[in-house]
Amino acid sequence: MAIMEIHNLSKRFGGLAAVNDVSFEVKEGEILSVIGPNGAGKSTLFKLISSFLPASAGKVLFQGEDITSQKPHIVARKGVVRTFQETTIFREMTVTDNVVVAHHLHSHTSLLGFFFGTRTARQDEKEFRERAGDILDFLGLGAVKNEVAKNLPHGHLRALGVAMGMAANPKILLLDEPFAGMNAQETDEALGMVRGIRERGVTVLLVEHDMSAVMKISDRIVVLNFGKMIAEGDPEAIRSNEDVIEAYLGREDEEIGI
Amino acid sequence: MNRKQKILLLIVALAFYLVLLPYLCRDRNYLLGVITTASVLSVISAGVWLIFYIGRINIGQGAFALIGGYTGAIAISKLGLSFWFGLVMAGIVSMLVGIIIGLPLLRLKGVYFSMITLSLTETARLTAQSLVPITNGPNGILNLPLPGELSFFGITLIPDFAKVNKHIAMFYLSAFLLIASYAVLYRIINSRVGWLFRSLQQNEDLASSFGVDVPRLRVIAFAICTFYAGIGGAFFVAMQQSIYPATFSVQDSTYFLLYCFLGGLGYVFGPLIGTFVLYIGFEMLQGLNEYQPLIYALLMIGMMLWLPNGMLSLRLPFLAGKKSPLGGAK
Ligand SMILES: Nc1ncnc2c1ncn2[C@@H]1O[C@H](COP(=O)(O)OP(=O)(O)OP(=O)(O)O)[C@@H](O)[C@H]1O
Ligand SMILES: [Mg+2]
Repeated sequence: MAIMEIHNLSKRFGGLAAVNDVSFEVKEGEILSVIGPNGAGKSTLFKLISSFLPASAGKVLFQGEDITSQKPHIVARKGVVRTFQETTIFREMTVTDNVVVAHHLHSHTSLLGFFFGTRTARQDEKEFRERAGDILDFLGLGAVKNEVAKNLPHGHLRALGVAMGMAANPKILLLDEPFAGMNAQETDEALGMVRGIRERGVTVLLVEHDMSAVMKISDRIVVLNFGKMIAEGDPEAIRSNEDVIEAYLGREDEEIGI
Repeated sequence: MNRKQKILLLIVALAFYLVLLPYLCRDRNYLLGVITTASVLSVISAGVWLIFYIGRINIGQGAFALIGGYTGAIAISKLGLSFWFGLVMAGIVSMLVGIIIGLPLLRLKGVYFSMITLSLTETARLTAQSLVPITNGPNGILNLPLPGELSFFGITLIPDFAKVNKHIAMFYLSAFLLIASYAVLYRIINSRVGWLFRSLQQNEDLASSFGVDVPRLRVIAFAICTFYAGIGGAFFVAMQQSIYPATFSVQDSTYFLLYCFLGGLGYVFGPLIGTFVLYIGFEMLQGLNEYQPLIYALLMIGMMLWLPNGMLSLRLPFLAGKKSPLGGAK
């Protein structure tokens, strides 16, 4: 069953069509990767889906509902949660506090309730802390949970970004290059992490340049080039697709690895 | 500092402020007036500080203090309402204007937000000058009566200021406003609301990615900020018993920033310390008055270079053990 449908989605920046008439479906519970050369429009596509950018044309349906022009925090509340390509975390907070703050959508208390420290507010805070502990253990960050985030090594920072996405209780999690800057071993661990997320019932949309990782983990792959969708299929089909090979070969400086 | 030490420090500070200071100043009305003014200015600075805390620089606090001041003055002199009613009204009117202006304005970031707020103070002054039928224009509203009695079902809560030592009465009213506003601020910053504000300060996009209604939170912060300005402005006007379009100027708006800087942007009590040190310091050094803007400017530059986290970041022995200023609750 399709949890999300993307219909003729386009985004123009001035004369540049960063995303150009892209349509595909996301099935519930799958890991769907979006690949393509630098500047192909992958991050822009994610920002459109999560409503961080307004679309120039087309629409995004999530569980049948049009979420295209809604505010990003509303879309997040419905369960479409993105992480950021740049390592984006609250640098000055501890690892645990980062994830506790990100539990916003779980609160049963109003701001006034938190201000007065009502019983539900204290319950919420306690629950957020417990859940944050669970998520951190699950993502292998248990050992560094009291560190100030800015002191973490790169691999941990990326995982923390994912942890914050998980805290928002997503139905679809959009991960923008979660393995960037990781070595082979870290990537392997992170792959396990993404599979674990899916096992928790979360549908995963993944943008990633690491082709071997993409091939290992994806159920299906969507390929973008210059904003256009040039292929869609399972890893086998994508590996042998002429258009895809050409798109990557067309760029000499590109590491293909297909 | 552990909890016990904190409470002890608070008790000592309150005893000094509420008992010793007024006792020492009992025959020095001028000095008591300076302390009263510093108290109320620190309420207004607290609002500016909160806006710093969500990552914006508000150079328009003078405008909202002026709005509060005029609201209070008009409520008392033209509408014949009591000072107490006028005080609350001043806070609310200033806050409502803050919300209406804030809704579009707070979308701007960085220098754009600051530039517009900077022009607000001047706009408020010109408006006050030209709305002659309501504000008396450049002549201002003079000879405001002192706050009258506040009673509740025949029980006098606060006596008529004209019948007691008005300097002492004004001082205690300002002290009450200061303590109430900083208690609220402290509670905000140390509750989850404070965590949300810190998340805005550090990255608004990240906050909205996990469902935080960023625009709403920004407006709430601005509403609190402008409420403080309104209350502070109305009190200041009641103390002076008069108001002019220039009662709060662009210069005042920038001084509020400096008070926050000096005390420390990462500390709830930063604006309080900053206001007291700078304002009282200058009143003590009367002769330097004409150089005040110059000295303030040099201080501002010096602070940014050598003490970017403010005076409270100095490792004084009794403050030892503080965490990094933005990291957590103080
Ligand atoms: N805010 C913007 N304003 C103007 N142009 C933009 C903007 N954001 C992206 N672009 C352009 O749109 C195109 C697609 O960018 P996008 O970031 O989506 O690519 P990408 O596929 O994520 O690339 P990478 O693999 O390098 O992350 C690029 O040419 C980029 O320069
Ligand atoms: Mg990208």
